[in-house]
Amino acid sequence: MSTLEIKNLHVSVATEEGFKEILRGVDLTIKSGETHAIMGPNGSGKSTLAYSIAGHPKYTITDGSVTLDGQDVLAMSVDERAKSGLFLAMQYPVEVPGVSVTNFLRTAVTAIRGEAPKVRTWVGEVKEAMAGLNMDPGFAERSVNEGFSGGEKKRHEILQLALLKPKFAILDETDSGLDVDALRIVSEGVNGVKANSDLGVLLITHYTRILRYIKPDFVHVFANGRVVEEGGPELADKLEEKGYADYVNA
Amino acid sequence: MSVLTTNYLTPTGREEAWRFTPLARLGGLHDASVTLLDHPSLQVIGELPTGVKLSQSVSAPLSTTDDLVTERVRSAVSQELVLEIARDVELDAPIYLHRSGVSTGPEASRTLIKLGTHARATVIVENTGGGILAEEMEFSLDTGSHLTFVTLQEFESDAVFLARHHAIIGKDAQFVSTVVTIGGSVVRILPTVEYSGQGSSAELSGVYFATDGQHQEHRIHVDHNFPHAKSRVNYKGALAGNNAHSVWIGDVFIRANAEGTDTYELNRNLLLSDGARADSVPNLEIETGEIVGAGHASTTGRFDDEQLFYLESRGIPAELARRLVIRGFFAEIVSKIGIEVIQERIMDRIDSELSKVGE
Repeated sequence: MSTLEIKNLHVSVATEEGFKEILRGVDLTIKSGETHAIMGPNGSGKSTLAYSIAGHPKYTITDGSVTLDGQDVLAMSVDERAKSGLFLAMQYPVEVPGVSVTNFLRTAVTAIRGEAPKVRTWVGEVKEAMAGLNMDPGFAERSVNEGFSGGEKKRHEILQLALLKPKFAILDETDSGLDVDALRIVSEGVNGVKANSDLGVLLITHYTRILRYIKPDFVHVFANGRVVEEGGPELADKLEEKGYADYVNA
Repeated sequence: MSVLTTNYLTPTGREEAWRFTPLARLGGLHDASVTLLDHPSLQVIGELPTGVKLSQSVSAPLSTTDDLVTERVRSAVSQELVLEIARDVELDAPIYLHRSGVSTGPEASRTLIKLGTHARATVIVENTGGGILAEEMEFSLDTGSHLTFVTLQEFESDAVFLARHHAIIGKDAQFVSTVVTIGGSVVRILPTVEYSGQGSSAELSGVYFATDGQHQEHRIHVDHNFPHAKSRVNYKGALAGNNAHSVWIGDVFIRANAEGTDTYELNRNLLLSDGARADSVPNLEIETGEIVGAGHASTTGRFDDEQLFYLESRGIPAELARRLVIRGFFAEIVSKIGIEVIQERIMDRIDSELSKVGE
């Protein structure tokens, strides 16, 4: 059983007008096996939370803490955070020309596991994970995210989730830009990983659509850089009906 | 042969062709008061296959040039090395030519590589060692022939190397060239092309990696002097460290008679640290509008932090992430060479250049 604990997190970014505070005291605790949905309007700071936890250099933590089983995540380098068991599925996965998917996956898995996977089992492992996400085997030879469609990029993120086996996954608007079929495949991919592990999920989304496929245990409403309301799955239904107007104008 | 009177004047550095070059470091290659030694420094490695002939001969150059150093090479060299691949001969394995520079005095050599009609070959030139060297290499491709040419500048850190590589590409022939410049103090190469028939094509690629104090200059000139010919130029370079300097000039000239020309040239530079400088100048001169296409692009940028973050967020340590991105940057060109052992060798050299940067 692991715990990811975010306490009073304040985060700023540098803008042309100086530092701007985006997160204004976020408190959130996720335990293994739990699925938390973070929902909120555009510009509420949802993605900033995701990238701050992953350690993107653009964001400056001004106060608060993030710990994973008591360990100070904010003191870790970006790769150390991944090795400690955190995974960020990005909204806009980055193209890395000239680096093949197969080389990338092998390098990442070697780094996370601390040893190179055995060639014999590794090929099968990748094949199986790709088949589960309806990915063409030819995919492995392409450059990372280069020329991928929106759906392919998201499937590639979930493929990494399946192979890297983190303790906690942050899915940043994984549903954006997906048609219904792609959304179902990606969601089944996440659910498959959850079923085979004790994965904790932080699901960041603007829409309730993905929650039909990935069922949250808790829903947090995010507005103006902090959590403004919390509840169970029923809170998502309320948002579906009423939208974010109440929170934005509050 | 047209000879400009300025050819025999020592350049001052104000000339367009020399304005980027550190003349004081050329060891007198450009200086008419210094004598060039006539020294055929290239050696063939291994046995030559059937249909391939190597000889020394007194022969006139096939092309004209306005490059002063090439003129000096022509004056200094009595016999050129001639490598001939007979018509219809198709070679499976590459021919390796090796040069190990010595540090006696400035020396010059000339080489001609000839492919007969429908011949097909790969020639790899390895340049190692030190010294001050100037060379002219000419390529003559008869109808329908195909030459893959790779030249590796793996010189020691004190070497000075000035070269002109001129290809004359016949009807339906293909010249595929990759210039790899990693070693040496000053390397200045003029990859130039003209056509002697329609349907011919030139692919001129290059990779370079300049670190502390290295000057690496590639001045491409493609003369579209025939209709329906094609050219592709793609050079990529990385630079790191104090006074690392690269110069890329891409001159493409489409003459009035060169209808149906299809050309595109590209140069990309990656600056890995402060203190390095990349000059990149594409020039396109067009005398006819009846062409398939003509374009150019040049970019110089820094490491893409988002790429590094993406890789690091998957557990890949920063150093390894940088290496993957750099390898990926060069892979577009290197992977096309098609000779596994050479590709690996280039990537290893790139890795070791990159590891110097980290120090």
